[in-house]
Amino acid sequence: MTNNIYQFFFIYLYSMITLFLLVVIGDFVSISIFLSKSIFIYKNIFLYCFLYAICFFAIRIIISSQISNIFIFIVSCALSYFFLINKEINAYQLLIILSVFIAFNLLLQKYFTAKNFSNFLFEVSFLKFLKTNSLIFFSFIIIFPFYLMFVSSLKSQMVLLQNPTDLSIPFIYSISDFFSSYIAVITEYNFLNFALNSTIVSFVTVFVSLFFSIPGAYAVARLRFAGRSKISSSILLIYMVPAIVLVIPLYVIFSQLGFRNSLFSLMIVYPATTIPVALYMLQGYFKGIPYELEESALIDGCSRIGVILRITLPLSVPAILSVSLYVFMIAWNEFLFAFMFLDNQEYFTIPRGLYTQLDDQEVPRQYLMAGSVMITIPVLLLFFIFERYLVGGLTAGSVKG
Amino acid sequence: MFNLNKEAKLAYTMLIPTISIVFLIILFPIFGNFWLSFKEVKLGDLRAPQPIIKEKLKTKDIKPGDDVLIEYRFKNSSQKKPIFNVKITDKISHFISPVEIAEGCTVNNNVLSCYFKEWKPKYNEKIIFKFKANDNFEIDNFNPKESKPKGVADADNILTNLKFSLKNFQKILQKNETIENIKVTFLYSFFATIGALILGISAALLLEKNFLGKGFFRGLFLFPFVSPVIAVAFTWVYILDPFKGFLNNYLLNNEFISEPIFFLGLKKVDFLGFDFPFTLFIVILFESWRYFPLAFLFILARLQAIPKDLYEASDIDGATKIQQFFYITLPQLLGVISLLFILRFIWNFNKFEDIFLLTGGNAGTRTLTVQVYDEAFALSNMGTASSVAVIIFILLAIFVFIHQKIAPKDIEE
Repeated sequence: MTNNIYQFFFIYLYSMITLFLLVVIGDFVSISIFLSKSIFIYKNIFLYCFLYAICFFAIRIIISSQISNIFIFIVSCALSYFFLINKEINAYQLLIILSVFIAFNLLLQKYFTAKNFSNFLFEVSFLKFLKTNSLIFFSFIIIFPFYLMFVSSLKSQMVLLQNPTDLSIPFIYSISDFFSSYIAVITEYNFLNFALNSTIVSFVTVFVSLFFSIPGAYAVARLRFAGRSKISSSILLIYMVPAIVLVIPLYVIFSQLGFRNSLFSLMIVYPATTIPVALYMLQGYFKGIPYELEESALIDGCSRIGVILRITLPLSVPAILSVSLYVFMIAWNEFLFAFMFLDNQEYFTIPRGLYTQLDDQEVPRQYLMAGSVMITIPVLLLFFIFERYLVGGLTAGSVKG
Repeated sequence: MFNLNKEAKLAYTMLIPTISIVFLIILFPIFGNFWLSFKEVKLGDLRAPQPIIKEKLKTKDIKPGDDVLIEYRFKNSSQKKPIFNVKITDKISHFISPVEIAEGCTVNNNVLSCYFKEWKPKYNEKIIFKFKANDNFEIDNFNPKESKPKGVADADNILTNLKFSLKNFQKILQKNETIENIKVTFLYSFFATIGALILGISAALLLEKNFLGKGFFRGLFLFPFVSPVIAVAFTWVYILDPFKGFLNNYLLNNEFISEPIFFLGLKKVDFLGFDFPFTLFIVILFESWRYFPLAFLFILARLQAIPKDLYEASDIDGATKIQQFFYITLPQLLGVISLLFILRFIWNFNKFEDIFLLTGGNAGTRTLTVQVYDEAFALSNMGTASSVAVIIFILLAIFVFIHQKIAPKDIEE
């Protein structure tokens, strides 16, 4: 019996947490959907949860497990109604709370009606509960920052300062007001120029690293030569070299040579840091291609280069695509080298431009958020279109982080 | 069957471009970093000392036959180092000819050339050169600044000379801050890794079974990792802002707190009698949030490779889900978890951007990587910055060595 009480207490505590989470999320959703600005007082909700738990717990002790489930359901509904109705809650929130109660009670029905009331059943119901909640939790912590970034970028300065907790999308604005921060970032802060620089650097990086790593990867994967195992193991070591160790000497060397403050300097450094990753990913894929295909072509008189161009490359298009995406992502997101090397505004990449131009107390926050949205969207778009390839690339190359 | 020699030759030609770029941009700078760490190089020393020459016409309304005074200003750009064998050349107008010029200077074919043996540090002198306007002098065509004076000189370049000292390391190790920073770096790397692993394992367990919308969730869970660090870091900073931020306003409106919390500016919070590094904790949360997708992907792949009959057998034996997790799933994942742990630890150890963008290294979050930046650009001391980088590199070499010992085979898969 004590064991049961303990378990019940645990489930109640857990349901309270769930309830709280759902109410918080429900409130966000309802604010953003119905544009209601009212703020719910969560302190009271805590109190209600506890009262509810105590009542339910008392009922559980008084009533044996044979009592009709419907009775428990009605009691819980009535209790929740009694505690919640005379407070200022909107219908949507009440709906959420009631649905949680219903779901919770349906779950309890199973628990009560089971003939062999065992640990096993408790666990199964508990895990089901946990799983749903965790999915909600994970989605929430991931979506929320991105959503806030997006919503803030659409607002005017005044609205942002007046009510920072307002999460509604301002549909009432006209189109030009709606995108005013984006227009300002593009016209006043030279954002298109940064975007152009970023695009150039990223594409050059992808091209150069593929150009260097494809032959290298093929050699490591297929050809027999002295020192092959040494090279393939040292690729991994080169991954681990931190950028901060490279950046000071490279700064010194590039300053001396006079091309530090240029896009060219990034076009050298980015490929050099991505080639080992690309080489490692590609050689893994090349090894997986059946050697018989290449062998028969070689016997038929095709040269090695011909084999690479006609057999290996066409067969490894998915791998090359995923490597390109991964390298593009690294180059597009890169901050440290761009931050250290570039001084002139005309050469800034987006991360560098965002840092100097928009991360300033004087610059309205919605501009910063608009810039952040604009740097994130291309990456997320690419990611969604090519998700299959990119996930493969991430698992193969994610040693680099 | 194939000519081995030919094959090896081809392999080397194919690898040479890669190897050379890696040598130039990765291995050589590592060497350069060690080199710099033994030299007292300041940011200002990157520009070698050189002669600076300026000319200025002192006379006006020149007529043929008049004296023309041109003032040359000679300056050593360095405040600390002398320069030697200074050679100056300057083209002068063919309308004037020299009358009285400084010692060491000659004029040949309208070219003034001077030679000085040594200019001391801070050398700065104005010398007036006297010229005479020729008979064919035309004021309209006369341009005393016909060409910019050029100067070359030998100087002791601190970057390439062979003087070494241990002073950088001495300076760094004498700072109390350094030991504190090492501590912070370890705390940060360790707990951020643990946080990312825990989140990653939970996320992977959630998506283990197939269900509708699994692909959507898998894509969604990767968002924090694929988005640019600068965008997500700024968003977090904005959310956590004490006055304009979402979180503080939300908590204030609901009366959970009575005054704003400085999430990114509280070094220590008294928590049950000991000092809790609050901002470091927030930064660790950020790191866990940003990097759990990676652990998630790896662990999900490994989870799906666990043979299903293990679970079936344990089901028949009456094991519960939680027992199955602890006795089957976790032991099967142990390999990938330990590998991920050491890799993530190394990468967190190397991280610069995340902390720099969130706190700038303030409020007790200065890791060694941020210290490198501060030494180099806030204190303008390249030498000490490199010596901190050397410390990072050595610590890292130890971790990589451990990594090689732990997982020499796994990674080859």
